[in-house]
Amino acid sequence: MHRRESSPRLNASLLFLLLFFLLIPVFGQAAKIEEVILPNGLKVILLEEHKAPVVTFQVWYKVGSRNEITGKTGLSHLLEHMMFKGTPKYGKGEFSRIVAKNGGTENAFTGNDYTAYFENFASDRIELSLELESDRMQNLIIDPKEFQLEAEVVKEERRTRTEDDPYSFLIEKLYAIAFLVHPYRSPVIGWMSDLDHLTRDDAFDYYQRYYQPNNATIVVVGDFNTKTLLPKIKAAFEKIPKGPEPPKYIPPEPPQLGERRTVVKREAQLPFVFATFHTPNYKSPDTYALKVLSNILSSGKSSRLYRGLVYQQQIALDAGGHYDGLTADPELFYVYATARPQVSPEEIEEALTDEISRLQTEPVSNQELQKAKNQIEAEFILGSDSNFYRAMRIGTAETVGAGHEYVTRFVDNIRKVTAQDVLRVARKYLVEDQRSVGTLLPPSADEEAEAAESPAPDEPAKESR
Amino acid sequence: MSYSRQPVLFPRPLFLPILVLLFVSIFMPAVPTSAAEIKPKRVVMENGITLLILERSSLPIVSVEALIRAGSLYDPNDKAGLANLTASLLDEGTKKRSATQIADAVDFIGANLAAGASEDYMTASLRVIKKEVETGFDLLSDILINPAFDPKEVERVRKNILGSILSEKDQPQAIADRAFRSIIFGEHPYQHPVIGREETIPGITRDDIASFHQTYYAPNNLILSIVGDVTEREAVALAKKYFGKWERKQILFPRIGPPAPFQTRKMELIDKELTQASVVLGHVGIERGNPDYYAVTVMNYILGGGGFSSRMMTDIRDNKGLVYSIYSLFDANRFPGEFAVSLQTKSKSANEAIEGVLEEIQRIRSAPVTETELAEAKAYLVGSFPLRMETTARLASLLSAIEYYQLGLDYFEKYPSYINKVTDKDVLRVAKRYLDPEHYALVVVAKQSEANVKEPPAPPPAESGAMRNAPEPEGGIRTSDPPMINLPAQKEGAGR
Repeated sequence: MHRRESSPRLNASLLFLLLFFLLIPVFGQAAKIEEVILPNGLKVILLEEHKAPVVTFQVWYKVGSRNEITGKTGLSHLLEHMMFKGTPKYGKGEFSRIVAKNGGTENAFTGNDYTAYFENFASDRIELSLELESDRMQNLIIDPKEFQLEAEVVKEERRTRTEDDPYSFLIEKLYAIAFLVHPYRSPVIGWMSDLDHLTRDDAFDYYQRYYQPNNATIVVVGDFNTKTLLPKIKAAFEKIPKGPEPPKYIPPEPPQLGERRTVVKREAQLPFVFATFHTPNYKSPDTYALKVLSNILSSGKSSRLYRGLVYQQQIALDAGGHYDGLTADPELFYVYATARPQVSPEEIEEALTDEISRLQTEPVSNQELQKAKNQIEAEFILGSDSNFYRAMRIGTAETVGAGHEYVTRFVDNIRKVTAQDVLRVARKYLVEDQRSVGTLLPPSADEEAEAAESPAPDEPAKESR
Repeated sequence: MSYSRQPVLFPRPLFLPILVLLFVSIFMPAVPTSAAEIKPKRVVMENGITLLILERSSLPIVSVEALIRAGSLYDPNDKAGLANLTASLLDEGTKKRSATQIADAVDFIGANLAAGASEDYMTASLRVIKKEVETGFDLLSDILINPAFDPKEVERVRKNILGSILSEKDQPQAIADRAFRSIIFGEHPYQHPVIGREETIPGITRDDIASFHQTYYAPNNLILSIVGDVTEREAVALAKKYFGKWERKQILFPRIGPPAPFQTRKMELIDKELTQASVVLGHVGIERGNPDYYAVTVMNYILGGGGFSSRMMTDIRDNKGLVYSIYSLFDANRFPGEFAVSLQTKSKSANEAIEGVLEEIQRIRSAPVTETELAEAKAYLVGSFPLRMETTARLASLLSAIEYYQLGLDYFEKYPSYINKVTDKDVLRVAKRYLDPEHYALVVVAKQSEANVKEPPAPPPAESGAMRNAPEPEGGIRTSDPPMINLPAQKEGAGR
């Protein structure tokens, strides 16, 4: 059994921390969040934070690749790009230009569950966001020529991110087998062939269907006064009429009843293994234990995957994992490792599996459990240094349906997790039948592996090569 | 997974930080408007540590940045990667803690502790919640002062770095950048990647590392910036308690001058099975201390540094649809760093994109920018200051840079005037002086049979272009005999 070293100093500080936690309310709960729903259904969430003279203004639409249908993947993201191409009032490029000349930064991002737009401004310029965002919520023009040009830009984006990156390429293929039915199977940026065939009308219909005040949330965090800003937000956005409810049906993923595997053979320097498990989202009380488990596996240099694969066995160049229950539908828990030169993918996969098995057979120590909880709490506090990050947490929680209360209660819920909970969720979810494994197999590594196997030709062939 | 409209770089943890550092250097220099409140305190401790303190008490967070003048600039060319290897080993064991004890302690308090080198200096940064600030300081001082460089850890980290260098070959932009720097910087130490080379990493001995640490890691070579929920008195007390016993020492810096101007034209094509061409085009740029730095910042914002507002973005992305990401930057370091334009485009558009870049460089050198362009660039650079200073971590790293480059603690108040006084004539002058559309290095990583990159016509003799890096005509900072840096002399005298 592997025990963590601990010095007396650490134990003393553990005791101190436990006492501290009992006495002091969680930082962040004290922060007062104001929530208002306008008559047209638009939700507005305001959080004053006067630490610096800056504000972030974000508009979150409840639409992402999750809402796309076969043949139209990438539409949410391409529409996001088109949102900067003009309205009758502010023509192509004007939006970005106005923000920049007022010292602001702006951008947007698209995920499985959301499309979000933001501006960061010095406090005295934030009202510009109201004017610009309310305008493009209802008045977007999508010029066919501009649409075709921007589709080319997005194809370049896909080439950079996916086509020419062997790691992303593998992960994309793996998601497509881990999900067979649910749209989480397709990439946010879209399949290349779909990008070739999306039309201006696809984008415009999509805009009209999903970009409605009743399908959006405004999140403002920073140095402003709620009493003066809220009436101005109302004045700018209330006039937008409520739209029809967007379609709600998303095909659910049927249970996975057995392991799935995929191999990508292409030029890369090192083999890479990426394994996923179906896990529940925030709607399940198990989400907190899964988060703690994921920290124990992969957060920091003392985490089990780093210490086991990178530090002790020295078979991986890096190793990690991730779980985030803040998704609209149940998503995946994943672990990965990049092999060191001369290490086979089988070897790192086995090491990943061993670390997971260990979590299923022995309860984690109190010290390790407490460490994970401390990390999660500290991350929450340190994350608050950035208004943008704080608004993102709120925006994500609202958009996936968890509500901003989820964010404020998060650390409290994490504290309740026990070692038994961690053991239980490891046994329940991180099982072989729920697993999908992707291997990036560079041709050179493949040859080496075959050469190494050749002295024992009687051995059964390894699967799925 | 989420995707963003603006090009952003996604450095995987195992890859080298070169591109990230480049980005830091374009954003870092920009500074304040309503800077009145930013009044850091500067204290020089008895053992020579320069302390910079700024109280920010609204969140229970403390950010610390330790900067030591010990960057890859001081790597011998045959030991490229020494500074980075030394920095990478700091948290892998000290005289009183093993590598695993350090990792356990850092993670137990939920802190972030990271050390790494860049060209001119190394930094170790700490972010910690207030109630763990003592433990945080204890760890930070221990790794800086007492690293053990256990041979076992040296070998392990060496192998990891070699693995990272190898896996960098899966990143076309990193390949291009590496090739580009080795062309434009000639024999100057800026030519080698901070992380080192496959050929040099194996030859670095444990003694080299210990001696590099022994030579440069000293209190009188340390800038320590502390920002967050601590009073000035608390910060000074922390610094004294954890760094006060560290003894000052004499430091002999190697004599290093600026890189020679790049006055030829060189093209390097690297063949790789890819769908896009990764292009880097440029030459040697300017140093941070150059009085033209601010005019160059404004000029570069208009040319290709200004995100969606820049000319390159407007023309090559928005109007032609050729790229997702394109930018130009001046990496202004202690000595002139690179001027580089970087882009990715589908293989068959490589020539068109390169022509577009050269046209923009030519255009900004041949006619003044418009009044609107100039006004908007200045408005952005000045107006976005508060955004760039939002977090304690950003403030700590900015304070260290201000001290390192000797910009003065009144920099926060003065920055707007530095930018505002730039005229269209200045922009034209610095474009002519620091951009050269004839003499440059061009690196293209692509499937060459598809990219089919055209050899640009031979450059004229380097006369007009040579002025770019020649001595300043009137009382400039360069003399015909390039100044050698000798930091201890400069530093000891300063004491502002």
